[in-house]
Amino acid sequence: MKGFLDQRFENGGFIITKLEDLINWARLSSMFPMTFGIACCAIEFMSTGTTVYDMDRFGMAPRATPRQSDVMIVAGTVTFKMAERIKRLYEQMAEPRYVISMGSCSNCGGPYWQHGYHVVKGVDRIIPVDIYVPGCPPRPEALIGGFLQLQDKIRRESVVAPKAIERLTAKTNS
Amino acid sequence: MQPFDHLFLSVKEICSGGDAVADETMTPKGVKIHPSDLKKVCAHLRENPAVFFDMLSCITVVDNGPEKGTMEIVYNLYSIPFNHHLALKVSVPRDQPEVDSIQDIWKTANWHEREAWDLFGVTFKGHPDLRRILMPGDWEGYPLRKDYKQQEYYRGVKVDY
Repeated sequence: MKGFLDQRFENGGFIITKLEDLINWARLSSMFPMTFGIACCAIEFMSTGTTVYDMDRFGMAPRATPRQSDVMIVAGTVTFKMAERIKRLYEQMAEPRYVISMGSCSNCGGPYWQHGYHVVKGVDRIIPVDIYVPGCPPRPEALIGGFLQLQDKIRRESVVAPKAIERLTAKTNS
Repeated sequence: MQPFDHLFLSVKEICSGGDAVADETMTPKGVKIHPSDLKKVCAHLRENPAVFFDMLSCITVVDNGPEKGTMEIVYNLYSIPFNHHLALKVSVPRDQPEVDSIQDIWKTANWHEREAWDLFGVTFKGHPDLRRILMPGDWEGYPLRKDYKQQEYYRGVKVDY
């Protein structure tokens, strides 16, 4: 018994697919996250990278610079002092770029929602967020769940006619 | 290890700006002194070989609220060779909290005093670099004061939940 790819290539030597699917497949199979953590969630993020949970199997190798990364995982409490730096790092990333908000703090302020004068009540107030992972902190399984959700999101993307624009044009036509 | 009475007496005899009062309910046991005596007392406690407080563990500020109108600054001292503790407490008016800087006696006081300035707005006279240490430089107000009202927006981002 041969492997899946070997069988396919032997029967004719090519695969037919849509360009869109190919691009999406390439993107979702190599989401490079930025090595970046700002609080205790980063510990869970780190353990997601260990052999036990093996982030690498999704093609996710942490990069040490925003210029080379596709995904920013906001792992921790976002203070007002840090907010500006996060915004700058996000702007330094090349498109297409995605943001996973990890944990209660970056989702909505977490335990600091009422008396935390120094905490931004949700990182989505400064940068757009694709996926929210709940938990305080979320277990590595939950973070991986977030990765899978993001992969799903990328899989449904359209290069030629992005869904948001489609919806906009539908509104103006009707 | 020196008994507290001994430490208290050695502090009391240097004080000239006001009477030193022992407060044995504090942990560690402390002495309330007048703000004008602070620098003298600290220098003595640091230099005198008989007591030798070589470490400033902590600076704490207590805001007693607008009704009482005072703020208290507590210095926790520790002597590593003698293994004894002492707290110094000074009381300053809340509308103009000002006290001498002791960063030239214990270097660690530099950042502690910046923190006290940042969160309570206590001015330390003679501090070389008194600016905010935890909050952003353009933050408004002193967050740990009893009557603190946080600003509505910080650089266009809403602060409230």
